[in-house]
Amino acid sequence: MYDFAYHKPKSVADASAAVKKASEGKLMAGGMTLIPTIKQRLARPSDVVDLGGIGDLKGIKVDASGVTIGAMTKHAEVAASADVAKAIPALAKLAANIGDAQVRNRGTIGGSVANNDPAADYPAALVGLGATVHTNERKIAADDFFKGMFETALKDGEIITAVSFPVAKKAAYMKFPNPASRYAMVGVFVADTAGGARVAVTGAGPGVFRVKDMEAALGKGWSADAVAGIKVPAGGLNNDIHASREYRAHLVTVMAKRAVAAAG
Amino acid sequence: MGNVKIGERVQRKEDRRFLTGSGRYVDDLQLARVTYAYFLRSPHAHAKIRKIDTSKAAASVGVVQIFTGKDVAEAKVGGLICGWVVKDKHGNPHKAPAHPAMAADTVRHVGDTVAMVIAATADQARDAAEKIEVDYEVLPAQINLAGALDPKAPQVHADAPGNLCYDWELGDKAAVDAAFAKAAHVTKLDLVNNRLVPNAMEPRAAAAEYDRGTGNYTLYTTSQNPHVARLVLSAFVLGIPEHKLRVIAPDVGGGFGSKIFIYPEETMLTWAAGKIGRSIKWTAERSESFMTDAHGRDHVTHAELALDAKGKILAFKVDTIANLGAYLSTFATAVPTYLYATLLAGQYTTPVIYCNVRAAFTHTTPVDAYRGAGRPEATYVVESIVSKAAREMKIDSAELRRRNYIAKDAFPYQTPVALTYDSGNYAPILDQAMKLADYAGIDARKAAAKAKGKLRGIGVCSYIEACGIAPSAVVGSLGAGVGLWESAQLKFNPTGNLQILTGSHSHGQGHETTFAQIVSDKLGIPLDQIEVVHGDTDKVPFGMGTYGSRSLPVGGSAIMKAADKIIAKGKKVAAHLMEAAEADIVFENGTFKVTGTDKAVPLGQAVFAAYVPHNYPADLEPGMDENAFYDPSNFTYPSGTQICEVEVDPDTGVVDIVNFVAVDDFGNIVNPMVVEGQVHGGIVQGVGQALLENAAYDEKTGQLISGSYMDYTMPRADDVPSFKLGYEVTPCPHNPLGVKGCGEAGAIAAPAAVMNAVRDALAAVGAQDRIEMPATPQRVWAAINAH
Ligand SMILES: Cc1cc2nc3c(=O)[nH]c(=O)nc-3n(C[C@H](O)[C@H](O)[C@H](O)COP(=O)(O)OP(=O)(O)OC[C@H]3O[C@@H](n4cnc5c(N)ncnc54)[C@H](O)[C@@H]3O)c2cc1C
Repeated sequence: MYDFAYHKPKSVADASAAVKKASEGKLMAGGMTLIPTIKQRLARPSDVVDLGGIGDLKGIKVDASGVTIGAMTKHAEVAASADVAKAIPALAKLAANIGDAQVRNRGTIGGSVANNDPAADYPAALVGLGATVHTNERKIAADDFFKGMFETALKDGEIITAVSFPVAKKAAYMKFPNPASRYAMVGVFVADTAGGARVAVTGAGPGVFRVKDMEAALGKGWSADAVAGIKVPAGGLNNDIHASREYRAHLVTVMAKRAVAAAG
Repeated sequence: MGNVKIGERVQRKEDRRFLTGSGRYVDDLQLARVTYAYFLRSPHAHAKIRKIDTSKAAASVGVVQIFTGKDVAEAKVGGLICGWVVKDKHGNPHKAPAHPAMAADTVRHVGDTVAMVIAATADQARDAAEKIEVDYEVLPAQINLAGALDPKAPQVHADAPGNLCYDWELGDKAAVDAAFAKAAHVTKLDLVNNRLVPNAMEPRAAAAEYDRGTGNYTLYTTSQNPHVARLVLSAFVLGIPEHKLRVIAPDVGGGFGSKIFIYPEETMLTWAAGKIGRSIKWTAERSESFMTDAHGRDHVTHAELALDAKGKILAFKVDTIANLGAYLSTFATAVPTYLYATLLAGQYTTPVIYCNVRAAFTHTTPVDAYRGAGRPEATYVVESIVSKAAREMKIDSAELRRRNYIAKDAFPYQTPVALTYDSGNYAPILDQAMKLADYAGIDARKAAAKAKGKLRGIGVCSYIEACGIAPSAVVGSLGAGVGLWESAQLKFNPTGNLQILTGSHSHGQGHETTFAQIVSDKLGIPLDQIEVVHGDTDKVPFGMGTYGSRSLPVGGSAIMKAADKIIAKGKKVAAHLMEAAEADIVFENGTFKVTGTDKAVPLGQAVFAAYVPHNYPADLEPGMDENAFYDPSNFTYPSGTQICEVEVDPDTGVVDIVNFVAVDDFGNIVNPMVVEGQVHGGIVQGVGQALLENAAYDEKTGQLISGSYMDYTMPRADDVPSFKLGYEVTPCPHNPLGVKGCGEAGAIAAPAAVMNAVRDALAAVGAQDRIEMPATPQRVWAAINAH
């Protein structure tokens, strides 16, 4: 790695100031993605601003309106939260299947969402449940937040403070892991929400996307059969040594069916 | 820890150290005035180096020295060698193109070494390397094995026309053709044996020191065979006399073959340490391991099996193209020939066999021995085609095997492919495996799976391997450049404790336990009074190292021979002390006794007398320290049967291993727990090859696509079920322990067992012949859906 200056501010305001002042500042959550990229010299930040010292960014709040998870909350904490498991069991289960134990105990929801890896799990939950991303500057609807591969609506120096999820009537996430990385090769999050049925797919394309045809079909009647005949076009999907785009397209349907069945 | 016996489940002595992070690996060494090396590597699969400009890099902070291929060539450093000469069909030696430790004018695979930067810290070395400007002229590359021998293919070496290293054959072609002409049934099969990356847990590492005062060099390296490394570096590459070069392989975290070989990095470190007069360290990053550790397997094969109407095998012919990569690694030539074609008889009475192997150069990482080395490839061909023949002939695949097994009274058995099997009894192994696998119940389980929309399959693999490598005269006659005996020294101290010095090297195998265990049993000494010393050419006698499941059959036998010498000498001392005739002395449970009396001298007392010889035979040398060398008279032939059962989800293509049985004949078993560990690890590696692992290259650019764990699928604990193991024992008749070796069996047999199960499952939908390793979900799904 190259040399960089390290900061550990105590407040979001200080963190924002530090990262804006730097010539090439980088926020660090658990470092699960950031540190490997720095070690491999793929990133060369002048300054690393560690969010680990900011108490405000941690913790889970559950009330009638939904579940709010602080940006620095670790996957393991979400997975182990009895409150989350009660309010949105699919979300706790999703967190429990991210990476391995080490990653779950360092990786954060804020880091995952900000990174927007096309194969990450959380983006499917955010879009599938119609969540809201809270930053130090504004609130962004999940549908507007994810912008394609590793791209988000975040502006330079903007810091995610929390993500809030409305409670759905029912929801489930089905992940088909990449055999090597165990990120999602195809992950489908389905939810029956106040605003209607939602189907969000991660892993299959350059970024998380919704399948409107499936949502419409589920709106007419919630059953696995309703989505069984709906195929997403293979054209825009990812194609790599693990899965052709045709195979991914096929898996979207299979995982959607299984998710709908699992949601009950 | 008291005395232990052969056959006990003794806990591994070394595990405390390894599990508590107290192991001492090369990277842990703290050397005085140390510098760090970084190797600049080729980003291209094939390119001419027009120019290298190191001037900016040389001025970078902390840089001590930069060497390029030109410097190495000018210093007349020898090239890396291949230590096994394979003669082709016409009796000509294989093509042996130069393998410089650092590329001088041409790079031939992504990762080929281009420059070595030495700096005060590892980061400074890397910073400087980024400032080296290399002007490459990128050339077309031949990545794909299947097309490598095409006359129009890009050439890897000018002195290996057509990319052919050798065109080699074994067996009687005319007799095979004649047998095929009379066959009632012929089964044909095309197979790809996928390329694997070895992935030892500890990456390769080296540290070299030069002592100006004595002119002595010390190389610490992650080696499975430090003496062989010293011999090669001394005699062929660097010219440092053997007695001036000490090679130490301390704790080494796994090798699987990949650490047998002599690589450019440790060669360059040793050479450069002498040039700069300072010690130098290097530890591979994981991405370098992927790019530069010698890979394994990589064959394309067509095979045909001739059978009579009852399923008796009449003849077998095999045509293989083997990938050697861009350069010949240390034993590369032997793997697809003498370690492969000689195993094509398997456990069967096949009367005639013919095998043709063409070995090809490609612009990829060199390929060499990887756990099993040739024998997994052979087993995969034999056991795949036998199962295919059974399916075609509608004979149960276990039954077809049974009809062809070599009978237990036929040993020693001469195969048509050079080997003489020493012992074995195959049918009871199959019986036990079928019982453990509930083979009889498979139809019911298939029906139950079908009712759930799943496809069940069962696969059998009966393997043979030749290990305990190897009788020196035999391998010498086949082209090996070395003998393959092993050494041992049993060195008692005056206080009665003992050091076992062994030429075998332990890098995960548990020698510190098993070697101590056989000596504890033999000499009646408590385990905690025994220390196993290995891995240092200045401490242990010249030894050949660890590979080919040879440590116990060959290294252990040398230890037994040395122990016999201790007993013989001890008898003389004890006879003197007890004023008895030597002929009347017997040795039992660590004590010398005069037969028919109650007079006794414990071994420890004889040892003390030998070091403090106040009352001692006049004609006997003092000391209790014996050396032995053991050269085996034959290979050993472990055998066994694995049965794998899978359930395939046709909706996703996922293959779930629901049951896995392995019954092995390893001869006598010294430590069942250590054997289980070896078998488990081996099976998982074999499952990895069958279902998960694939070194995938971009066919145009030669970039290793699966160059990290994001894309290279290592098996994990949840990919396999709990294994059911069983043993049959026919002791090896020609070594003192009666042992055969167990290090590779799992990896040799599992690919065929798993793939036969997958094919059996896919046969229900007619897709059995459309699947290659690794049978990933995508491939299984595609096979099911290809019409
Ligand atoms: C081995 C491994 C396996 C994994 N498997 C999975 C998997 O199966 N599924 C999955 O979904 N993920 C997986 N991940 C990703 C992991 O879950 C983390 O979520 C991800 O790596 C981000 O890590 P982090 O939270 O430590 O963020 P960091 O690495 O610290 O940061 C990541 C990026 O987000 C930015 N950032 C961090 N926090 C904020 C914030 N509050 N506001 C704005 N920007 C911010 C950083 O600047 C950086 O660019 C895996 C990771 C590893 C290393």
